[in-house]
Amino acid sequence: MSSFKRNSTLKALLLGGVVLGCASAAQAQPTAEVLHYWTSGGEAKAVKALKEDFEANGGKWVDAPVAGGGGDAQNAVLRSRVLSGDAPAAVQIKGPNIRNWAEAGALADLDAIGKEEGWDDILPPLLQDIVKFDGHYVAVPVNIHRVDWIWANPEVLAKVGADVPTTWAEFNETAEKLKAAGITPLAHGGQPWQDATIFETVVLGIGGADFFNKAFVDRDLDTLRSDTMKKVFDQMRIIRGFVDDDFSGRDWNLATAMVMNGKAGMQIMGDWAKGEFLAAGKKPGVDFVCAPTPSEGGYILNSDSFAMFDVKGDDNKSGQALLAKLILGEKFQETFNVYKGSIPARMGVAKAKFDDCAIKSMNDLEAASSKGTLVGSAAHEISTAGAVRGAIMDVVTEHFNSDMSSDDAVNKLAEAIELAL
Amino acid sequence: MDTNNQNAVKGVGDWFRWHLSKFVVAPSFLMILFFVYGFILWTGYMSFTKSKMLPIYNFEGILQYVKLWKQPTWLASFENLFVFGSLFIAVAIAFGCILAIFLDQKIRGEGALRTIYLYPMAISFIVTGTAWKWILNPGSGIEKLVQSFGFENFEFDWLVDPDYAVYTLVIAAVWQASGFVMALFLAALRGVDGEIIKAAQLDGASISRIYMVIILPTLRPVFLSSFVILTHMAIKSFDLVVALTGGGPGNASWLPANFMFEMTFRRNQIGQGAASAMIMLATVLAIIVPYLYSELREKKHG
Amino acid sequence: MADSIAFTSDRTLWHRIGRIGIYTLLAVFAFYYIMPLIVIVSTSMKDLDEIRTGHLLSLPAQINLDAWTFAWSEACIGVTCTGLKPYFWNSLAMAVPAVLISIMLGAITGYALTKFRFRGANVIFAMILFGCFIPFQVILLPMATSLGYLGVANTIPGLVLVHVVYGLPFTTLFFRNYYVNIPDDLVKAATIDGAGFFTIFWKIMLPLSLPIIVVTIIWQFTQIWNDFLFGASFTSGGNQPVTVALNNLVNTTTGVKRYNVDMAAALMTAAPTLLVYIFAGRYFVRGLTAGAVKG
Repeated sequence: MSSFKRNSTLKALLLGGVVLGCASAAQAQPTAEVLHYWTSGGEAKAVKALKEDFEANGGKWVDAPVAGGGGDAQNAVLRSRVLSGDAPAAVQIKGPNIRNWAEAGALADLDAIGKEEGWDDILPPLLQDIVKFDGHYVAVPVNIHRVDWIWANPEVLAKVGADVPTTWAEFNETAEKLKAAGITPLAHGGQPWQDATIFETVVLGIGGADFFNKAFVDRDLDTLRSDTMKKVFDQMRIIRGFVDDDFSGRDWNLATAMVMNGKAGMQIMGDWAKGEFLAAGKKPGVDFVCAPTPSEGGYILNSDSFAMFDVKGDDNKSGQALLAKLILGEKFQETFNVYKGSIPARMGVAKAKFDDCAIKSMNDLEAASSKGTLVGSAAHEISTAGAVRGAIMDVVTEHFNSDMSSDDAVNKLAEAIELAL
Repeated sequence: MDTNNQNAVKGVGDWFRWHLSKFVVAPSFLMILFFVYGFILWTGYMSFTKSKMLPIYNFEGILQYVKLWKQPTWLASFENLFVFGSLFIAVAIAFGCILAIFLDQKIRGEGALRTIYLYPMAISFIVTGTAWKWILNPGSGIEKLVQSFGFENFEFDWLVDPDYAVYTLVIAAVWQASGFVMALFLAALRGVDGEIIKAAQLDGASISRIYMVIILPTLRPVFLSSFVILTHMAIKSFDLVVALTGGGPGNASWLPANFMFEMTFRRNQIGQGAASAMIMLATVLAIIVPYLYSELREKKHG
Repeated sequence: MADSIAFTSDRTLWHRIGRIGIYTLLAVFAFYYIMPLIVIVSTSMKDLDEIRTGHLLSLPAQINLDAWTFAWSEACIGVTCTGLKPYFWNSLAMAVPAVLISIMLGAITGYALTKFRFRGANVIFAMILFGCFIPFQVILLPMATSLGYLGVANTIPGLVLVHVVYGLPFTTLFFRNYYVNIPDDLVKAATIDGAGFFTIFWKIMLPLSLPIIVVTIIWQFTQIWNDFLFGASFTSGGNQPVTVALNNLVNTTTGVKRYNVDMAAALMTAAPTLLVYIFAGRYFVRGLTAGAVKG
């Protein structure tokens, strides 16, 4: 039985054992089932804004949250829904994975609505690359996150007379001071993706943007084995000394809470962490400060997007179109991104409501974009697809959690990436 | 179908009954044939393809298996399975057996104790995972508790130590399964023929001797069924890792089931995931088939 | 019976020490088993300050059930703030039919395989039994495809089907091994009296099967209620069973992690199976004694 051909006797046979669910009556109301993994504070608020907007426009929102592990669990249910021919309308997917689903023929064509709304004019070229397949829109970007941020508690840093570090040497110095003062220097959760998040900011900081792309986009084996990469792992080993003993398995938002309540000095995390600060009523610049991790004007971009799957029925199709339209609307882009901590995915959104961190992110993005120091996140699947990202995480997390030497680490990294291709 | 025909000629009635029996077994058997064996073939075929995002049906040979045995994470998961599996099975059987023997000594409050030992089987690790995480985490659990009693140097940080994380899995897994093993043993002990024991006692045999020489040997089938049940629990262990360690620290506590899930659903490597699933299946087969064989042979003779 | 082998004969010092040893050991084990439950129950009744300041095993200063009502009917899972309530009913709607159907099928199959043994019955039994041991990862993707094909993807009937299919090997095993020990003469006598296949099953076998039915119900109900893998893989949104919803709820945080709500929700999720074990546990052991699992 090599493949499952549709066979009516087989079907009849199987049906014998099944209690059939009754099909619900068709409704003309625009309906969209949204599969997402935004379940923490700022994220949940942001997605609620989308839901309310959608409902205000006459749509019926079917919420399908799948919590846990930045989408690991979501992938399982998505795969099974697509295989069973019952894909949800909109699914939170990003980076090269959009392309992969499109190649498999699972996504819908959004060109009609894209033309109507003039997406070609309002989306930055970099995002267009991500959400287009073969020249057609198949997904809608929601936001732009910056990954390379340090979140610091100014009160705690003041205790040791330090500012937010601007070089990795300074970072190490400040961390040592905090450690001596009995404060956990770096709030961190020992989960592979969090280890990889720190790792990529160090790669950008020590190697620079070209090095970053050579390593993760071109997967050049010599670059992966280079002395610069060894230096990166050396720095990772130093950073390992700055986290507390109980970091294993901790969720990222709990690490953020450690910075919030002064248990730790800093956290290296994307700006979704800001959503947590804001959700807890903290003020940027007062209760917490944001600064890019040390690098030469680099910017690691992460962008969430909703891939629109091929759905059946007019209600679902119209719901999908409505959702796509709303997501890139100015009003929604503003409210959503203020909650989420990110910046708008489209141009022409008023900046008034955004805080200083977001404004800095917008400006830095422009600068990095023109300087050529803008890179796609490897830890968050923008420049890497699942397999390569997984390979990187395996090695980084193993190195971080053992006494592996940097020499071994670079070799393992090169081998793992080679194997994942 | 009404078969309650009082006047049926005996021969014809028998013929009908024998075939009715087949007819009754057929739906279950066909379901199993399709949903178990059919699906195994399906996954088996997948493991010989380059399927990534979605299944592709071009035969590519053993490529995925070659890759699989080069993956450090797979090797680590597979090794963990043996460390975890053997410890889990041994300790669970030992605990279960000891508890059953002790509970069988006219213990006051036996009912309550039995319920306490047995209840973990009723709860999924999705439920107890958080509690276990707290208990085993050095910052919040046993280490902190004992230190607060004044034993400042007490250390219990297996959960966050890559070399020991897999043993915390054993602690939690034994917790869940040993009560069930206890129930199996207790049931068997209650079934031991009292007369033989009385006779042995009259002959002046000591209690420990009676257990070693007479009772334990009669429990051999229980050891065997426990072994088989625990083996398949060990190989299926998935929730446990997700809830307790998330595979960490690093990738130190991955088990094959987690590897398979990660490859198939997270890394879009369906072919690789299918290959690992087939190896898991082969491991189960290697243990189960001899058992099933001996089991059914015994039945024929007995 | 086994009672007679208890240490009753000599009332020596050693005997008393032995008794103390046995009780101590049993108590230590009891602590190991009950500890996680104590942590869950007491945490669910504390408020957040108490959780932060107190230690793991400290008891709540006062019993506070706010977290319970919150987890049941108000807590947010994603953007829907309905608590666990709807998912709890999902699980019931899934578990009850799945348990009943798999037990009926298992009982009649076990009966047919033992009392009207046809050629190859043993081979068929072995093939069915093998289903107990397959790692479920093997069947996830084909199952997803098949569920869609049958039109029951992402529905509770779909989950019922999955659980019936993969519960069947266990129920068949239990009933088959139980019926093997029921004398064939009973069936023979009934056959001579002219009773048919189903009459014998209904009038003679089923009334004798109570102990094994209890064991099978406990086993199946626990397995199905606690399932996470199938629920997480084959359903999403409003059709999820309670275990999956619990996982989502625990991972849905709004600023502060509300451990008491998490624990209350966990306890609610576990309540049905826990009650079944507490109230029917004794029948479980009794049923096992009656030969459920070959011993």
